[in-house]
Amino acid sequence: MSGLEMGSLGFDTAHLLAGGLVLVSFMMLYQHRLYALLNLYALHALLLATSVAWQAFTQAAPHLYVTALIALIFKALIIPVALHRIVERLGIHRDIETAVGVGATMLVGMGLVALSLVLMLRVTPGADPLAREDLAFALSVVLLGLLVMVTRRNAVSQVVGFMSLENGLVLAATGAKGMPLVVEISVAFSVLIAFIVIGVFLFRIRERFDTVDVGALDDFRGERR
Amino acid sequence: MSGLFLESLATDAVTAVLLVPAAAAALLALLPGYRLPARLNVLASLLTLLAALALLGGERPAPGPYLQVDDLNIVFIVLNCFVGFTTSIFSAGYIGHELETGRLTPTYLRFYHAMFQVMMFGMNLAFVSNNIGLMWVAVELATLSTVLMVGIYRTHEALEAAWKYFILGSVGIALALFGTILVYMAARPVLGEGQDAMVWTVLVSRAAGFDPALLDVAFVFLLLGYGTKVGLAPLHAWLPDAHAEGPTPISAVLSGLLLNVALYAVLRFKILLAASPEAIAPGPLMVTMGLTSLIFAGFMLYRRRDIKRLFAYSSIEHMGIIVFAFGMGGPLANFAGLLHMVMHSLTKSAIFYAVGHVAQVKGTQKIAEIRGLTESHPGLGWGLVIGVAAIAGLPPLGVFMSEFLVVSSTFAREPLLAIPLVAGLLIAFGALTLRIGSLAFGEPSGSRAAVGASPLPMYAHLALVLVAGLYLPPPLVAWFQHVAGLLG
Repeated sequence: MSGLEMGSLGFDTAHLLAGGLVLVSFMMLYQHRLYALLNLYALHALLLATSVAWQAFTQAAPHLYVTALIALIFKALIIPVALHRIVERLGIHRDIETAVGVGATMLVGMGLVALSLVLMLRVTPGADPLAREDLAFALSVVLLGLLVMVTRRNAVSQVVGFMSLENGLVLAATGAKGMPLVVEISVAFSVLIAFIVIGVFLFRIRERFDTVDVGALDDFRGERR
Repeated sequence: MSGLFLESLATDAVTAVLLVPAAAAALLALLPGYRLPARLNVLASLLTLLAALALLGGERPAPGPYLQVDDLNIVFIVLNCFVGFTTSIFSAGYIGHELETGRLTPTYLRFYHAMFQVMMFGMNLAFVSNNIGLMWVAVELATLSTVLMVGIYRTHEALEAAWKYFILGSVGIALALFGTILVYMAARPVLGEGQDAMVWTVLVSRAAGFDPALLDVAFVFLLLGYGTKVGLAPLHAWLPDAHAEGPTPISAVLSGLLLNVALYAVLRFKILLAASPEAIAPGPLMVTMGLTSLIFAGFMLYRRRDIKRLFAYSSIEHMGIIVFAFGMGGPLANFAGLLHMVMHSLTKSAIFYAVGHVAQVKGTQKIAEIRGLTESHPGLGWGLVIGVAAIAGLPPLGVFMSEFLVVSSTFAREPLLAIPLVAGLLIAFGALTLRIGSLAFGEPSGSRAAVGASPLPMYAHLALVLVAGLYLPPPLVAWFQHVAGLLG
């Protein structure tokens, strides 16, 4: 590991940014309003962009700046704005219907973070400290994203949950020093996924149901009778 | 994307297996109409199949940083291209009917054909990739293209099925990427930063030095992630809906091919773990998930009302058997698993061809409303009966032989595990026999109109399954034994 000693400025900054991502993921768990959730997602992406740029700087890996730029422009600006517009046009900026209570969700979230810290720190004693903690934080973000997807029944918030999960993966990939090719490709894929989600599903669901509440689809779950 | 690694392609056959579907996808996206694109789709699939067959005999290129051809993936590629080809023939007839009834519009048809080839490209890329990152991308590409096709009818049910498939598939693919990153982390101290630490052949040759704890965790993520796509219980929730609500050609390739792609990814990582002496044995995990899927799906088969859902659960059952066999490991069980995978792909796609014609001519997928098929449509009805007899594991068809091998090898090594295995097989057998009785025999229901489309793909698959049950050519046996040895 070159340059980044535990306790140095570089290490602390990276640590702070990754920890910030986990914190914002937590805040997503208890949001009741779609607009607030979208704003938080923008903040999440902004933190990711800063974190990736910092990694690019400390690892002297200029290609990571591309990833950071994509995160900044696409994830922190374009997607939240587009989703804002969709929510506005569909008139669904009311309260989010959550499947599970906030208290229980937060407790489960804490459990997941503890789990990922214990798991990742235990299995990577040999790796360098920054990569270890990045991985632990990244797994937390992934699991919290999953939790958002599970506890929301609204299609837009499920998409937000998925995109925050994707952010966790990018964090992990950039933390793994020198990982080739995959950073760019995974970012390209998150773009593709976002396009598909927004373009195809929301508009198709809109066309058919005049609602994007996936709960409305639950009536059709299971067998055709 | 293909421009990046074009230079590393060593032989024309590998290039063709990838480039033909990619070029066909671009062309089909532009062509309007129905007859010409459907024929071009068949032609492109035929060319891909020929390229795959050329791989069998030809000189193999040395594994590059992105692509490789070895004895293991050739089996998958040839099977993939063959079923892709027959499905394209079935699809041509099926789609013509869907256009007449107005379930599909010409615009969507263009999209459908392009996506079919994108999917073939994605699956072939996953098989030939030698880079675990590239493999992940290819599996993701194949999945996304099928998500779009599952939702193509735009009904309530189709949208919900596509949404469920998309969400669960994305979660699976996310876990798989995390596992892939962990493998890279484990390899980095040994292989250094950069490309080499993601090249599968290099990883396997140096796996002994990797950190075993990190590899263990990575494998758990990879098994859960790719296992979601294999349709292993309890991660299977997307599978029945996606099979039931999409166009039937897509159900056929989902069951026959896409599940195999994910399975192939699991197998590659299993080999990697086996090369590291201190890492956990992947076998017990796979055996547990395989048995769970088998028994769970066996029971679920009883309550199905929708014919495509019925056979979707049967796919979960058979993927369970295959994963169980590979989990047991050893030359005989691996041989049985490989054979069973091939037999399942051929049989299940044949069944879906039959079901597709039945659902179109009867205008329903409900099992209760379809009766007496052997009387109203003898060719189709008996084809379905033979297909179901094969998939239920009756002799002398090929599935019987592979299931027999799985069971006997289990009895020889772990008699206790054979008990739940046999129980699961019998449970599923009972359910399928019950259903086929009412579907095929008795007073016919609904339309007796003749089926316009050719039943040839179905008969071709069933004939292969029958021949395989009676006689396996020695070169094929030798090949499978060799591959079984590779799988460890």
